[in-house]
This record gives sequence, C-alpha cells and structure tokens, in this order.
Amino acid sequence: MRPLTEEETKTMFEKLSKYIGENIKLLVDRPDGTYCFRLHHDRVYYMSEKILKLATNFSREKLISVGTCFGKFTKTLKFRLHITALDFLAPYAKVVHLHISAPTFKVWVKPGAEQSFLYGNHVLKSGLGRITENTMQYQGVVVYSMADVPLGFGVAAKSTQECRRVDPISIVVFHQADVGEFIRNEDTLT
Amino acid sequence: MAACSVEELLAKAEKEEAEKLKSISVQKELDLEFDIGNLLACDKNRIESRDFREKKKEDFLRSLARDNTQLLINEIWKLPTERVEEAIVAKLPEPTTRLPREKPPPKPKPPTKWEQFAKLKGIQKKKKTNLVWDETAKEWRRRWGYKRANDETKDWLIEVPETTDPNEDQFAKRIKAKKERVAKNEFNRLKNIARGQKVKVPGVGLLPKAQQSRDELAKAVSVAKSSTASVGRFQDRLPKEKPPKNTGKKRKFEPLIGDFSNEKQRQLELLRVLDSKKPKLDITKAVNTQMREEDREEAAAKRKKGAGKKGRKANTGGKGGGKAGGKGKGGKAKGGKAGGGKAGGGKRKGKPGKR
Repeated sequence: MRPLTEEETKTMFEKLSKYIGENIKLLVDRPDGTYCFRLHHDRVYYMSEKILKLATNFSREKLISVGTCFGKFTKTLKFRLHITALDFLAPYAKVVHLHISAPTFKVWVKPGAEQSFLYGNHVLKSGLGRITENTMQYQGVVVYSMADVPLGFGVAAKSTQECRRVDPISIVVFHQADVGEFIRNEDTLT
Repeated sequence: MAACSVEELLAKAEKEEAEKLKSISVQKELDLEFDIGNLLACDKNRIESRDFREKKKEDFLRSLARDNTQLLINEIWKLPTERVEEAIVAKLPEPTTRLPREKPPPKPKPPTKWEQFAKLKGIQKKKKTNLVWDETAKEWRRRWGYKRANDETKDWLIEVPETTDPNEDQFAKRIKAKKERVAKNEFNRLKNIARGQKVKVPGVGLLPKAQQSRDELAKAVSVAKSSTASVGRFQDRLPKEKPPKNTGKKRKFEPLIGDFSNEKQRQLELLRVLDSKKPKLDITKAVNTQMREEDREEAAAKRKKGAGKKGRKANTGGKGGGKAGGKGKGGKAKGGKAGGGKAGGGKRKGKPGKR
C-alpha cells in the first residue's frame, strides 16, 4: 500500500470529476476525520486514517481490501471506476450544496429497463425515465431507478437535447458499472 | 510303408525345427576379429561374388549378418556376467578401436592484443615460481591471491612521498588505483572478445550508423547530455522532450502514513488547478445555438428545393410534360404543385422545420 503519486492522483481525479465534479473536494476535505486515497495492488482504496493505521498490521500479500475500493489503474495507467465507488458517487451526485454549485448529472431509468441495465446493458431511449437538464454528450452520469435508488453509473451517449429527438432504440447512456456486478463479479470485486 | 512315412515325417519335422532354431555355433574359415568394447566384429572371410550376383542376395546378406551377430553375442557371453534386477548384465571391456571424434576440433582462440604484441616483439612467457619467501611472515607463500606473500594491502603504515600532498590518504589512493587497474583489465578483456568475434564496440555511447532508429537517437541524446563536466546536471530539457528512459532511477513514493494535512493540501491544490483548466464555454448554450442553426439551414434548404421543383414543373408544363426524364419527378412535383396551389399550404410546410 502506498499513497498515490501526483500523476496517479490527477488521473483519478479527472475521472472522478466526470461524475461528481468539484465535489471531490468533499471527499478529500472531510469534517468528520482524515480520509485518504491509497494504492494497493493497482487498486485505489478510500479509507479513514484510523483504518489505514489498522491495515498496516497486515502484509501486502495478505491484505485483500481496505476501506472502499474506488477503482483500479489499468496496465496502460488509465483509471477505471468500480461499482464499489457508487456509495460515494451517488450521494455527492445527489447533494445540492449551497456554496458549491457543482454540476452533477443523473439519469433515472424506468422500472422496465432497470433489469436490463443491471445485467450490464446500455440504457436505451425507451428505458430513459428522466435525465438532468444540460447533460452534455460523454458526460459521466449516475444511474438511478425511478424510486431514487442508485443503480450504477455510465456515460451519456447523447446530450439532453439530442435525447429528445432520437428514436427509442438508440443508446442514451453507455453502461460502465452497475450494482449487478456485486453478484456477477463477486470474486474479483474488492 | 506307413512306418517309413512316419519316420520320414519325423525327420522332416526335425529338420524344420533345426532350420527355425539355428545353432549358436557358427563355422567360419577365418576367425572374426572382435572389439567387444565397441560391440564391433570384423569378418575377414572372402565373399563369393557368385552368391552376391544370384537372386538370393538378400537371403545371403541376412544369413551372413545373423551368423556374425551370433558370433559377437557368443563373445559377449564369454565375459563374466551378473544379475541385476532379473536382467543378466555383462561388463564390456575397454574399446580397443579408436573412433574419430564426432565434432571438428575447436578453432584456436584468436590472440589477444598483448599476445599479438608479444609475438611481434618476440617476448616469451617466463614461468615464475608459485611460492615466494615472505620476509615479514618468515614463510613461503603464494605469489598471488589470498594470503599472498608481501601483501601490500596489509600494510599498516605507508610512507608519504615527499612530492605529494601530505594530507592525501595513501591507503585510499592505493585502493582506488587497484580498482582502476581491475576495471581497465576488464575493459581490455571485453575489447579482446569483441575483436575476436569481429564485432564493433563503442568506447562509450553509440557507434556511428547510416540510419539511426528512434531509440538509438534518444540514447545518443541522453549520452550527449550527460557528457558534460557536470555529468549533465545543468543541462536543461527541451520544451517537449521526454525524460530519458532506463536511466536507472528508482521510483520514490511518499510514506504510507505521513503528513496527512500536507497530502490533503496537495490534493486540493491539484483540484484547483484541474478546475481552472476547464473551458469556460457554456456547452449547453453552444449546443442549443448550433442545433437551432442546423434547423434553420434545413428549413431553408427544403424551401429552396420546393421552389426549384416548382420552377421545373412550370417548365415541363410549358413543354407539355413529354420528357422521359421528367417523368420520375413528375409524381413528386405533383405534390409540390398541390401544395403550391394553396398559398397558405406552402408556408405551413416550411414551418415544421423550425420546431
């Protein structure tokens, strides 16, 4: 386990900011304690200082996971978010802060299309319930069910304006991760 | 008659049996020469060329081989045998026939630079004794290596020469000199190998080449950069130059549990920089404008098209509509005409485009 280097931090923040924008600040600077990002086996974990200190008792080989896994660095040094990060992406995509007007983007999926999304498929126009105004193309979005339960996240394939005019079978949100992965990828998720 | 035939039959059967199991004793005019160590037997008996020419050549050869093999095996059985795990084993004697070697003899080593020089000057190697008398230890010791005689590295005191700086460490100087001699020797050894294999080796950096590859160029640059008096410490990088690869620099990371507030500050600073780099352009607005623009153009194009059709229709109408080419468009143009017939209809058609 080690802290991220400058470049790694930058890559990760750039990816995170696609989903929660400037709200990363709230992850870094928390009033309820010191939290930090640590790299372990190419994966980035977000944890409190307390947990970190406890985790140092375990050797590298023995330690499987600590805190929350945000994602991993690929071998080409790109950052890929994992579904485990949803717990942190969803609330910050939801919270409206008075002093920071961070743009956060959400997509609501109709009940009928929920299952399709949870099986790892893209969201089609026919399954699109609601979408945040002013969503740009290729903007990272958090996907919710109509009952406001976070289901995963993806990338907007079309901007909000375009969404209105496309035909119902065209893809609106590219799938990136969904909570179905907790079952599908049970053995690799940490 | 019957008894006779039985006897005859028996004799015949016996004969057949004998044919099948040939005797182990083989008669030869001349005895064979054996080299049991190589499992070799030499048959010096004359071969009747008549046997060879006849049709039974194959049979003759087979029986000859069989007989000679039998003799060889007989010879092996004469050796003392022993039983090893249900198998009877004989120990073969040393071979007496000398076989030629399988591989060609190795080529002589190419002479080193010193050997060439010594040959030129006629310098000959002088054998030195292995043991030398050590005055201090009062015993005979080896000339070289560990526990050698007159070991200068074991000196506890060195006289400072008058001509040198008195503050210089004479011990360190000796060690350094020794290291340099070793390094020089190693370098010369490698040069000798390279010369022997006819490979060109650079003294330092790279060999000149007609066409340098990208990697070689990068290496040449990095060598050139570090070839200054300060080993490249004050060499600035070019604006878009990448850092040299494989320079042997180790990665260094922050401690796992270090200064958390400092870490936080750095991350916040990074976030600030990231934010400041975002474009200030309001994309939504831009996209909206762009889409409206496109709509307008589309509508304009439609209107223009409609007008063109109308015009052509008028033309063809004038000619009586007899043209073959105009027929296909005639259907479409009719619609246009129908719309065009009503003054208001045309306008309404243009409107949906605006949306």
